Amino acid sequence: MSNSTATRPGMKPRPLSPHLQIYRFTPTMAMSIVHRITGVALYGGTLLVAWWLIAAATSQSAFATAAAVMGSWFGLLVLFGFTWALFHHMLGGLRHLVWDTGRGLEKHTATTYSLATLAGSILLTILTWIVILFAGA
Amino acid sequence: MADMQTPLRKVRGLGAAGHGTAEFWRNRVTSVALIPLSIFAVWLVVSGLGSSFAETRATLSHPVVAILLALFILISLDHMRLGMVEIIADYIHSEGQKLVLLMLNIFFTILVGGACVFALLKIAFGG
Repeated sequence: MSNSTATRPGMKPRPLSPHLQIYRFTPTMAMSIVHRITGVALYGGTLLVAWWLIAAATSQSAFATAAAVMGSWFGLLVLFGFTWALFHHMLGGLRHLVWDTGRGLEKHTATTYSLATLAGSILLTILTWIVILFAGA
Repeated sequence: MADMQTPLRKVRGLGAAGHGTAEFWRNRVTSVALIPLSIFAVWLVVSGLGSSFAETRATLSHPVVAILLALFILISLDHMRLGMVEIIADYIHSEGQKLVLLMLNIFFTILVGGACVFALLKIAFGG
C-alpha cells in the first residue's frame, strides 16, 4: 500500500475519492447502508436460532426459559426487528439480483427499487406480525 | 523494487479477500437458495409459535422440516460468512487484524452451524 500513488513519498498527496460526508444522501445509498446493517444484525441473530434449537434439544426447562425470554416484551421487540431485518435483506438481495442482470440501473428506477425495498419490508413485517398476534399466539 | 506485475496478474485470483470473483458467485448462489428457505423458516416459526416443548420437537423431527431447516441454517451461515469477509475487507486495513477477524468469522459460523445441526439431529433421532 505504501507504494500507491496516493502515498508515495515525495509526491504531493493525491486527491482522494469523495466519501459519505460529501455525497448528497440518496435512497439508494441509504438502502445500501441498511442492507449491510441488516446483514450484520442477521449474523448476530443466528445466535438466537442456535439458542432456540439447543434449548429444544436439551430439556423442557431449557426450552421454557428460551420461550419465556423470546416471549417477553424485549424478546418480542428483538424478534420483530429480526423479522424486519430478514425481509429487508431478502428484498434488498432480490434488487441486487435484478441489478446483476444489468436491468433496473437507470437512476430513477434504482431509486424506486430502493424505496420499494423499504416499503415492502415494512409491509411484510407488519403482515407477519398480524398473523403472529391474531392467529398464532 | 519496481512492480513488474501486470494489472491482470494483480487482479487474477486476488482482490482484498484474495479469492477473486469466487465469493461474488457463491454469494449469489446462496442468496437465491435462501429466498425460498427463508420464507419456509419464517412460516415454520410463525406457525409453531406458542407450541409446547413436545409439539415443537415433534415438528422439528419431521424429516422435511429438519432437512429444510438445516439447509436454511447452513446456507445462511455460508452466506453471512461471505458477507462478513466483505465487511472485514472493506473496513479493516491492518493485515494482522484482518487475519484474526477472518479466522474468528470462520470459527463463529462453524460453531453456530455445528451446534444447530447437532441440536436438529438430536431432536430428529429422538435424543
